[in-house]
Amino acid sequence: MSVAESAVAAPAFALAGVEKWFETPEGRVHALSPTDLVVRAGEMIVLLGPSGCGKTTLLRMVAGLAAPSRGQVRVMDRDLWRNGRRQPEAVAGLGVVFQDANLFPWLTVERNVALPLELRGVSKDQRDERVRRLIELVGIAGFEKRWPRELSGGMRQRAAIARAMSYEPEILLMDEPFGALDAMTRDAMNLELQRIWLETGKTILVVTHSIAEAVFLGDRVVLMSPRPGRIDTIVDVPFARPRTLDLQGTAEFQHIVTNLRYRLGATT
Amino acid sequence: MTDKAAGPAWRRRPMSRSLPWITTPILVLAFVAVWHFYVAETHISAFILPHPGAVWRAWIDLLGNGRAWGDLVVTLYETLFGFVLALFLGVILGVVLGRVRWLETTLNPFVVALQVAPKVAFVPLFVVWFGFGMTSKVIVATVLAFFPILTNTILGVKSVELGHRDVMNSLTASRMAIFRRLELPSSLPYILTGMEVGIVLAIIGAIVGEYLGGNSGLGYLLIAKMNAYETDGLFAVMIQMTLLGFILYFGVGMLRRLLIPWHQSATRTGV
Repeated sequence: MSVAESAVAAPAFALAGVEKWFETPEGRVHALSPTDLVVRAGEMIVLLGPSGCGKTTLLRMVAGLAAPSRGQVRVMDRDLWRNGRRQPEAVAGLGVVFQDANLFPWLTVERNVALPLELRGVSKDQRDERVRRLIELVGIAGFEKRWPRELSGGMRQRAAIARAMSYEPEILLMDEPFGALDAMTRDAMNLELQRIWLETGKTILVVTHSIAEAVFLGDRVVLMSPRPGRIDTIVDVPFARPRTLDLQGTAEFQHIVTNLRYRLGATT
Repeated sequence: MTDKAAGPAWRRRPMSRSLPWITTPILVLAFVAVWHFYVAETHISAFILPHPGAVWRAWIDLLGNGRAWGDLVVTLYETLFGFVLALFLGVILGVVLGRVRWLETTLNPFVVALQVAPKVAFVPLFVVWFGFGMTSKVIVATVLAFFPILTNTILGVKSVELGHRDVMNSLTASRMAIFRRLELPSSLPYILTGMEVGIVLAIIGAIVGEYLGGNSGLGYLLIAKMNAYETDGLFAVMIQMTLLGFILYFGVGMLRRLLIPWHQSATRTGV
């Protein structure tokens, strides 16, 4: 899809005046002040910010896991919430990957990946075929019959990505997906994620608190700041795809990272 | 990776695994020897403490006695019936209380009160209500086995990981699907722990029930031996009861291995 086409295409999802308050014993907390954001179909967008900036809250509201206190989230041109109730048709286009893989320990890796399809009543033949392709796509072939506890953290997270993609959602929401991994695995996973994104053309929203990761992955980086959580600036990252790890050593890359770090320091 | 982590534990295991196979017979033999010498040296009355040989002969007698096997079957039946009933009620009520917070808060004082009450004290009442037949014993077994299963099920349902709930929520799973595919399997290790405690208590319930009334079962046989001043027979019945307990407890252990092979407790050596 060219830039011109994606500009006129309907956004993958959009937030209009979305706001979130949490009730706590200590009083009301303003987790996210009124926020607008439009994400194009096929875009890789990164939410970057320190803890408490509302980035996870924002993701959970897009995922339909938390209701906005005010404002509306639209997913694929549908209202996600109506009268405080989540609209299943809107959620169906979303796949979520959490910070922890959250695989069910009582299911083998392939049954974990197949779970969403089972819930949707997809026939066993179709399931097997799709699960096999996904497991290959995320690079964990050969581990289908293992229990999750027998896998390394990186492999578990790959399985979680396969599970989220199993029912072919248009949009992938990833909440610090590689936050629990060591730096080397993390680099490898970021390359993998880019490859999967290029192969599938999904819209992907990634939440992270690593500046380098954000700049490496994102078409745009949405910088957020805390107290109350809000969008500070949105930075375009113009580098061509596929990006390599060497990119991180270039002056242009470092320039963007330094600017973001400066903004982060100014806002916290 | 996993192989490395499992390495040292795997190498140590054969030693710790085979050790009981050597030590247990030695300790049992030592125990019987001490018993033998104590009886031989002190000339204690056979009514107080019979010689191990006499107990052995009484036990062999019991094994050759059709009536005694009938008593074992009666106790087994009461225990299993009561246990299955307790399992059924305990899991259903446990799931409900584990999910519905206000109901749990409301019923909690009663659950605690009933749990603390010495339930064996209800036995005479059950005999009055349900007669001297098997029913009263089944109910005693149920009441005793019920609480550990209930409390463990509640704990299990409450311990379902929030992240796992998020997964099911993001997949817009129905309540029924959440129960069947998340809450139930996630609680199974807890339920099985409750079952392990419950099966032992069910045997106690059945036997105590038999003490008080009726004319069959191992508990009845035990009291009969006492009244007949057959202490060696008394010991023999106790051995039968213990063996029954072992078999049932191992049965639940087998269930654990069968139902939750994914859980660490299933791979660890039991008992």
